[in-house]
Amino acid sequence: MADTLLEVEHLKKVYESATGEVEAIGDISFSMRRGELVCIVGPSGCGKTTLLKCIAGLLRPTAGKITLDSHTVTGPPANMALVFQEYGRSLLPWLTVRGNVELPLRHKSLSRAERTRLVDDALVAVGLDHADRSYPWQLSGGMQQRVAIARAVAYQPEILIMDEPFAAVDAQTRADLEDLVRRLHLDRGMSILFVTHDIDESVYLGERVVVLSKSPTWVQEDLSIDLDADRDQITTRALPRFTELRTHVYEQIQRAKRGEAVRPAA
Amino acid sequence: MTLYTSTVVRPRRPSRVWAKIGENTLYAIGLPIVLVVIWGIWATIAPAKFFPSPVELVEAFIDTWIGPAFVADVLPSLARLGIGIVVSILVGVIAGTLIGLNRWLRELLEPTLEFFRAVPPPVLLPIAVALLGPTDVMKIVVIVVGSVWPILLNTIEGVRSTDSVMTETARSFALTRSERLRFLVLPAASPRIMAGVRQSLSIALILMVISELGYSSSGLGFQIVYFQRNYLIAEMWSGILLLGLIGVLLAAIFGFVERRVLRWYHGIKEVERG
Repeated sequence: MADTLLEVEHLKKVYESATGEVEAIGDISFSMRRGELVCIVGPSGCGKTTLLKCIAGLLRPTAGKITLDSHTVTGPPANMALVFQEYGRSLLPWLTVRGNVELPLRHKSLSRAERTRLVDDALVAVGLDHADRSYPWQLSGGMQQRVAIARAVAYQPEILIMDEPFAAVDAQTRADLEDLVRRLHLDRGMSILFVTHDIDESVYLGERVVVLSKSPTWVQEDLSIDLDADRDQITTRALPRFTELRTHVYEQIQRAKRGEAVRPAA
Repeated sequence: MTLYTSTVVRPRRPSRVWAKIGENTLYAIGLPIVLVVIWGIWATIAPAKFFPSPVELVEAFIDTWIGPAFVADVLPSLARLGIGIVVSILVGVIAGTLIGLNRWLRELLEPTLEFFRAVPPPVLLPIAVALLGPTDVMKIVVIVVGSVWPILLNTIEGVRSTDSVMTETARSFALTRSERLRFLVLPAASPRIMAGVRQSLSIALILMVISELGYSSSGLGFQIVYFQRNYLIAEMWSGILLLGLIGVLLAAIFGFVERRVLRWYHGIKEVERG
């Protein structure tokens, strides 16, 4: 497939620890097309973060292969941006909002004007153009996470990876940020891989939801979300189809937790 | 360092800043003024041979230090102190960053460094004189050998404890080595580095005096000992007063630089306290 952006094949990750080997990821395979928004959900402790760190090139997989844009991932790829859950530890407190967003652009061969334009554009996209001279710690949690998203947007990555980005913000802020992600995806055609433990969030955001089993992890289901692309916090979440899908994913997660789902023969 | 505030913090209005500075100055000089007054009264009621009155001391201070002695003794001492501090900071931060970033280097060197740090620097003075002679270089070396340790060890610790999420962020955005050093590692270590510098300043001042004690014919430390040995009591006290003033000046310069460098750090602390 020509438009495959990300391909994870038989990924396996075993941690060596003092008490022996811990198999975090058993065998994960899935792929993602260019311009898709894919959500990954799974029971807590199923190795979601491990999977992301492998894809981001921050962890070396024990076995298997990850291909991004037809290049095998061995280290952090240049065309990828990450948004972490811990926004307070991911933004640099000694740089202003603008400084943080601009930092990854410094070594790209861009003119100063072009760089400023990208930063301005990203800050407008997340609605923080008024706060560019503030420091991150002067902002609320939701605003800090917006800065982290702006930094990723300005970087113009092929793929944006988000690791439970809204787990630490309050529910109302969370809804706003979810819509922000939907908008970035629709308006800019960004390819986004979104990891969450929130089932509703995964169904609301994703075009596909990849359900992971409990550890040692494999892909239990790869579900296509056939909701309208134009989604809304009130109407979409009230649709019968939305309820069906979320119930389905919920049941899958429950089965995963109980370990009832049977691992397919490789 | 997870922080929440609901609104953007506004900077204080300038007029209130000045009022605050005035208030702080009043607090800072209030107690010294009271002490000087008590001391003056005491010296008038019960004059003592070894404790001159404030007026005598000020006269001795002006006679001794303002004039040729300032150029001959004070300036060279201050120059050696300044060079010693700058060299200590450069060596401490550069070596500390290298050691802090390399695990094997750190594990190899740390026990040895702790040993050398534990050796009281004044005992090295005769060795330094034997090797380098009673020169300016020797005195600067003595200052550096004593005052580099807090900066070095704090830099190692600060560089080593860079936040893991920040490091992963920097890696994922493929920051270059020099960018990571300039925008991540050094700023992250800066609170620790500044704490080290603060300790080093007082050590450097002590060693400035000590390096001039035995093997010198000029300098602030030399003069104070000379006055002591010749029973020039008021002059001796004036030298001690000058040392104290240099210490206060150093602390003021440090405070000025620190507030600038660690503005973000103090800002976070302020937000955390709410």
